[in-house]
Amino acid sequence: MVKPKVAIHKFSSCDGCQLAFINLGEPLLVLAGLVDIVHFAEAGPVDESAKVDIALIEGSVSASHDIERLQKIRANSTYLITIGACATSGGIQALRNMADTNQWIRDIYANPAVIDSLDNSTAIKEHVKVDLELWGCPVSKRQVINAIRALLFGVMPEEEKDKICMECKRHQTVCVMVTNNEPCMGAVTRTGCGALCPSVGRDCYGCYGPAENANTQALANRFEGLGLIKDEAARRFLFINSGADVFYQQGELMRETD
Amino acid sequence: MKPDRYFFQASQFQQWLDSLLKSGYLCIGPQFRDGTIIYDDLHSVTQLPQGMTDQQAPGSYSLTNTHSNRFFDWANGPQAVKPFLFAARESLWSSQQSDQGGISFQETRPDICPTLIIGARACDVAAIKIQDQHFLQQEFVDPYYKARRDNLVVVAVNCSHPADTCFCYSTGDGPFVHEGADAVLTELDQGFIIEASTQQGKRLLEGMPLEKVTEEQLNQADLIRVKASNQQRKLPDYDIRARLFNELNNDAWHEIAMRCLSCGNCTMVCPTCFCHSENDVSELDGKSATHYRQWDSCFTQGHSYIHGITIRSEISQRYRQWLTHKFSTWHEQYGRSGCVGCGRCITWCPVGIDVTESVAHFQERRHV
Repeated sequence: MVKPKVAIHKFSSCDGCQLAFINLGEPLLVLAGLVDIVHFAEAGPVDESAKVDIALIEGSVSASHDIERLQKIRANSTYLITIGACATSGGIQALRNMADTNQWIRDIYANPAVIDSLDNSTAIKEHVKVDLELWGCPVSKRQVINAIRALLFGVMPEEEKDKICMECKRHQTVCVMVTNNEPCMGAVTRTGCGALCPSVGRDCYGCYGPAENANTQALANRFEGLGLIKDEAARRFLFINSGADVFYQQGELMRETD
Repeated sequence: MKPDRYFFQASQFQQWLDSLLKSGYLCIGPQFRDGTIIYDDLHSVTQLPQGMTDQQAPGSYSLTNTHSNRFFDWANGPQAVKPFLFAARESLWSSQQSDQGGISFQETRPDICPTLIIGARACDVAAIKIQDQHFLQQEFVDPYYKARRDNLVVVAVNCSHPADTCFCYSTGDGPFVHEGADAVLTELDQGFIIEASTQQGKRLLEGMPLEKVTEEQLNQADLIRVKASNQQRKLPDYDIRARLFNELNNDAWHEIAMRCLSCGNCTMVCPTCFCHSENDVSELDGKSATHYRQWDSCFTQGHSYIHGITIRSEISQRYRQWLTHKFSTWHEQYGRSGCVGCGRCITWCPVGIDVTESVAHFQERRHV
């Protein structure tokens, strides 16, 4: 039997989502028995132009040559899955979408002329059709395995889009907002991480992107009630997933502009 | 059964706990953790939140240590009994595919040992009774809940310090336990009055150095009850059950929805909410899978998703579903309101929506 082919591509990103694959441990060996991983530069195999059944994409479109490369990958893939915040919403680097990119380049790099960067960092779905989005910074191993397993069965995986709060309460993780006045994003952020940050006493910073039916205005009002000034509240939304519409719109309402 | 009523000294509390542990119970009790009081394995009375007292308000919870000797001078934290009966997530069955392709199924019943919870409050005891109705007293008995319930002994504590968010007196469920606990403690300065009203409860007293309860002690307990009944928060005094269903198009639902995060916290901390979702998790090799159920909420999209349609896509509809079920249709299902007045949904709502205020909105008819 011919094994399904899988490719893991990288665009503008930190490689953390690819590391989620490498960190799978034993399941990675099981996976390697089920599919042919033909392109995975981080781990070894390189064949970027291979035709595949499943292409997983990490990273955002950030440089001019990204778009053509992405279109080729789309043409060569049956299913295209974005993995992580960068590929799904533009990532942390989408913060530059609200700034003067060229000014930043001039301020930071000694030789700005060599930098080839688009003005905006954008999600993969802005350029090609995406079949499935896996959020998170980085993605969770569990979600990646569930997604591939479901596709191998010939079905789409169950989408997780409830709020983080649900997971906190199932784990008996104590609410950091109610007990400690932390400006937690959990009530508007989709689950999938297992409510990791609150479980160590930290406020969620929204790395899994907007949950279904996220009432960001109500949460923003609460942040102000906790003592955050408008611009601080805006920065809660304009962070890892500033490119996600729901977070962007809320942040723009509250952000202090120059 | 006529209750047995005695007094025992606070200095003998550990000895009693030791004897309960020795008789084979897994003891669960309240303890300080992460800024609140949660229930977990109890081996020593030093784990109890002695001297702690709480300040609760809509969307706000804090604890302070008064250094008093009292073990139970606080009102409930986010959870108490519910997670120990209705598991937040558990497997129901698993399936395997053989090499020949056949599929076999196995039930995955929980492996439960006799468990004793110390410190449940009147609201929680009332909530157990409601969850028993739901899981045990209908056409189909839930074997997972039943396994835990059959093994659970409840030692309740009468509430001496309700929080500002509590309104159990107005629902008629507290602050003192009416029925449903195996034994009930009332904490006084020197020790505890203990009332054992079931066979199991009476057995817990065997071998204990018990004293007769004095008239003075009973008077002290009564004073605690009177003071703890004096709660600021209460449900409004109108026919909530009938009125809510006549107000389905009231603007107030939309006003509440402006504030509501639809995060589900209220339902997750509610000791009577029983909704759950089920899903399957496959092993990566595709040869076996486990079927889980976990707490769900009427505030999730999946809760009203049927055949490609989400019935309640708006937050206003979800809040309305919750409130009308809890205070109205619950009566038809279980013969009473689903609210026991614990106030958890008020404290643990991140934006501090007060259910008693929400209900009060509908006291005056307002036309859309």
